Amino acid sequence: MNTMLMPLFTAPTIEFSALAPILIVFGAACIGVLVDAIMIGRLRGWRDEVQMGLVIGSTLGAFAYVVWNARKGVKGPLAMGSIMLDGPTYVAWGALLVFGLLAIMVFRETKVNGGVTAFASSAATVPGSAEEVEADRYRLQQTEIFPLALFSIVGMMVFASANDLLTLFVGLEVFSLPLYLMCGMARRRRLVSQEASLKYFLLGALSSAFFLFGVALVYAYAGSFKLGDIATKMASPTYGSGLLYTGLILLASGLLFKVGVVPFHNWTPDVYMGAPTPVTGFMAICTKLAAVLATLRVFYVALGAERWSWQPVFATLAVATMVLGAVAGLTQRDVKRMLAYSSIAHAGFLLTAVVGANQTDLGRTPSSVASILFYMIAYGFATIGAFALVTMVRNEAGEDNSFAAWSGLAKKSPWVAGIMTVFLLSFAGIPLTAGFIGKWTVFASAWRGGYGWLVVVAVLASLVAAYFYLRLIGVMFAGEPAAKSYVGEASGWTWVPVAIGAAATIILGILPDAVLSMVSSLGAFLR
Amino acid sequence: MTFPWLTILGLLPIAGGLALFLPVKGAGRWLGMFFALLTALLGFTVAGVYSASGAAALDVKASWITSIGTYWALGADGMGLAMVLMTVVLTPLVLLAEWKLPLEGGKWSPEAFVALVLILEGLSIFVFTANDVLLFYLFFEATLVPMYFLIVGFGGARRSYAALKFLLFSLAGGLIMLASVIGLYAVSAKSGAPSYLISDLAKLDFNNDLGRLLMIGFLIAFVIKAPMVPVHTWLPDAAEHSTPGTATMLVGILDKIGTFGMIKFCLGIFPDASRWVAPVMLVLALISILYGALGAIGSRNLMRLVAYTSVSHFGFMVLGIYAFTTQSISGTVFYMLNHGFSTAALFLVVGYLIKRSGTADIAAFGGVQKYVPVFSGVFLLAWLSALGLPGLSSFVSEFMVLAGTFAREPWYAAIAAVGVILSAVYSLRAYRAVMTGPVSDTAASEFRGRDLNLLEKAVMVPILGVLLFLGFYPQPAVKLVEPTATAAMQRLAVADPAPVVEGVK
Repeated sequence: MNTMLMPLFTAPTIEFSALAPILIVFGAACIGVLVDAIMIGRLRGWRDEVQMGLVIGSTLGAFAYVVWNARKGVKGPLAMGSIMLDGPTYVAWGALLVFGLLAIMVFRETKVNGGVTAFASSAATVPGSAEEVEADRYRLQQTEIFPLALFSIVGMMVFASANDLLTLFVGLEVFSLPLYLMCGMARRRRLVSQEASLKYFLLGALSSAFFLFGVALVYAYAGSFKLGDIATKMASPTYGSGLLYTGLILLASGLLFKVGVVPFHNWTPDVYMGAPTPVTGFMAICTKLAAVLATLRVFYVALGAERWSWQPVFATLAVATMVLGAVAGLTQRDVKRMLAYSSIAHAGFLLTAVVGANQTDLGRTPSSVASILFYMIAYGFATIGAFALVTMVRNEAGEDNSFAAWSGLAKKSPWVAGIMTVFLLSFAGIPLTAGFIGKWTVFASAWRGGYGWLVVVAVLASLVAAYFYLRLIGVMFAGEPAAKSYVGEASGWTWVPVAIGAAATIILGILPDAVLSMVSSLGAFLR
Repeated sequence: MTFPWLTILGLLPIAGGLALFLPVKGAGRWLGMFFALLTALLGFTVAGVYSASGAAALDVKASWITSIGTYWALGADGMGLAMVLMTVVLTPLVLLAEWKLPLEGGKWSPEAFVALVLILEGLSIFVFTANDVLLFYLFFEATLVPMYFLIVGFGGARRSYAALKFLLFSLAGGLIMLASVIGLYAVSAKSGAPSYLISDLAKLDFNNDLGRLLMIGFLIAFVIKAPMVPVHTWLPDAAEHSTPGTATMLVGILDKIGTFGMIKFCLGIFPDASRWVAPVMLVLALISILYGALGAIGSRNLMRLVAYTSVSHFGFMVLGIYAFTTQSISGTVFYMLNHGFSTAALFLVVGYLIKRSGTADIAAFGGVQKYVPVFSGVFLLAWLSALGLPGLSSFVSEFMVLAGTFAREPWYAAIAAVGVILSAVYSLRAYRAVMTGPVSDTAASEFRGRDLNLLEKAVMVPILGVLLFLGFYPQPAVKLVEPTATAAMQRLAVADPAPVVEGVK
């Protein structure tokens, strides 16, 4: 028998060039960890610059590599089939890198905050302890937030492109763990921040456990972790579908937790509110983008044949998510909390396209995947900009997110109020902003997938959601100027992301063709 | 490729409006007026091109979002051109009327007002000329934003409430329409390549349940926009709490999108569904006519009163559309044009009253004509136009609507005629209460020696001039709008009822 001659172990092949975008960011993150340890003494003052250099260099470098590879048309499974490089992966990587960079730029802002960042000078100290006081007095700013964010981006990139369930899980953990930490690192109101962090961690760990159990059950059913194999197995199952369905539900709950879909949305308002605002901005777009992509991949690639069984469930969840996000948003009196409920409502709008599973005219008209990608890009620019602006409205104690503080903002700073209005109009889906085109595409996907009624529900939910965005506009423009709050002077680290976000929101609203046809042509998963 | 007349016509005021956000200190109003006049000039040039070389010379079509089949497609038929001309004429007059905008009470700068009015003008021009459904929708919704800020920034005490109410009603209609717009895409995509061009959509078969549902989506938006009873409640509030100039832009121009859309989109794309819905719309129109007139009679505030008269007038227009005769539809389109000027006259003269006395409360006035004879003459003329006195153009269009309706639905026309009587009641009542009777304290203290000044006359003369001119010589306007009516009748595949002549058998 020649079995003896077969190698017992095949050396894994790694396509370094195709995977370079992930590896570059990963390398930069590793170096970033060392910065705090190496740069001491007189070099201490340069830590921020070095960290920011690593962030900008690695994300832009990786982005350039993504574009380069996409131009060359590199496609297919990588790293023994655990990562799939296809159109959606390229778009997701590019978007994650751009949004990651813009969000991290806001981390670097110190001017608005009186010369310090929004993060605890030494996150490891107990709030109120002598060590904390000492760290504050000597301005011992640690810079671990930057490598943490980069690690998180690495995890998200893996998560968005994972082609088997185990890689998916690894990606999930790699991007979640730094986020749990980052949420707890606020300089002010540290206890609230740490509470948010703990809440996020406990619920996140629970959902990870569900996810992992789901992976095990699906493995038991299919005998493979690979998404493509699971799809094949469903054509000729060995076991009954009980295993599959149970596993599917558990998998979905893990994924949808990260997207923030009802009934797995409970963490969103508290975590968004407690986390340092720049981190909230990072989380709001990047986490959602990666999680939606992973959900799409699992359900379209592995479970596409079963779509008749999951579409009605997702349709129900979409309705619940849109309605709850929109209705609960009505009562909010805090800008960050309102944006949290808004993000829940947007998760619902996204789900309508997931439900549609529209694959007709692939490449010519926007498919479900393409429309979701476009929606995320449109939503991302507005989200990053909006959270960056939130950091600028302050009182003596720090950021003030209450509506009362935002009242009459237009009189104090027409620019801040005006640009915020652009973002809010985009969230509300008013034409001439990117948000409208995004909404149009996802709803059109739902309709073409045969879910016209869901579109009707979605437009009604949009109307309710529009009310709270408009109310904030009303507060800013028609309210009496608040006495105690002011608009902080920010540096370019805040203004550049805001300006890019505003410009992109308007350009994508008026001339979306370039981006829309790009995502349309890239909007198909490889199997 | 023809010269992009309409693109430039729309972009010019928008560019002017945006330019005012640059620091132009003091010169803002003059710059704005310059842009408004330039636009008006260009508007008439476009009309010249239209009459010299036909509608095709104005058509613009360029691919805009290729993957979803939507085009930058502009063009003007008679109705579109009439609306564009009305817009470009009214805008400089509104700017002139609000030249000395009172700015107390935390209002914004006059430059902001001019800028917003100009942007609104440009967006409206695109709304009236869009030949692509998505493009139309885009500008239809976009007009809400400057209008919202015009109410919030320059309105009265409850401006925030009124602006939000306006916006929510309009958005409700707009979003329901969005569902229909998306549905159109799905149907169009299923039939081959998706296209949002009205000319392409008109080829599809919508004579089914889906077609009716899609049409209802559009119709709801237009009924709210017009506005018709029972979704009219936002209009009196918005008018009461905004400045007269804003109210003119809102009622005179923006609300026309409602009836404009019914003719261009409901009739144009869904003729079968429109025939199906006509009985309901006729009844709604009658209710609007009567309810609006009664609301006007019961109003205590002049701005609200004017807003209610518009509800009644929009009822007439809708009646004319759904009566489905060439005469009634051309009457409606002509009515839309006249109503723009007629309402502008009303809102602006009421504005002059408010400027002098600080109130729009009818009870505060009385015997004003004793002090301001010219003012009261203008005031009377504006109200006579509202009641449709022969010799003023509103009469011609109202007559066309009623006569056309009578040919098909004599009973409806008869009931609508009651609305004409009621219009005489509210108009003359308004005049009597404000201008005649015992001299009130307000009249004595605020109006003595404050007759219309030159600026105010300069605004009113062109408006009343148009109303009088078209009243005695309506042919040019009727000739302009008739092709729209003929085309609509062809789409509907309805013939005009043969005249019934009963004589010696």
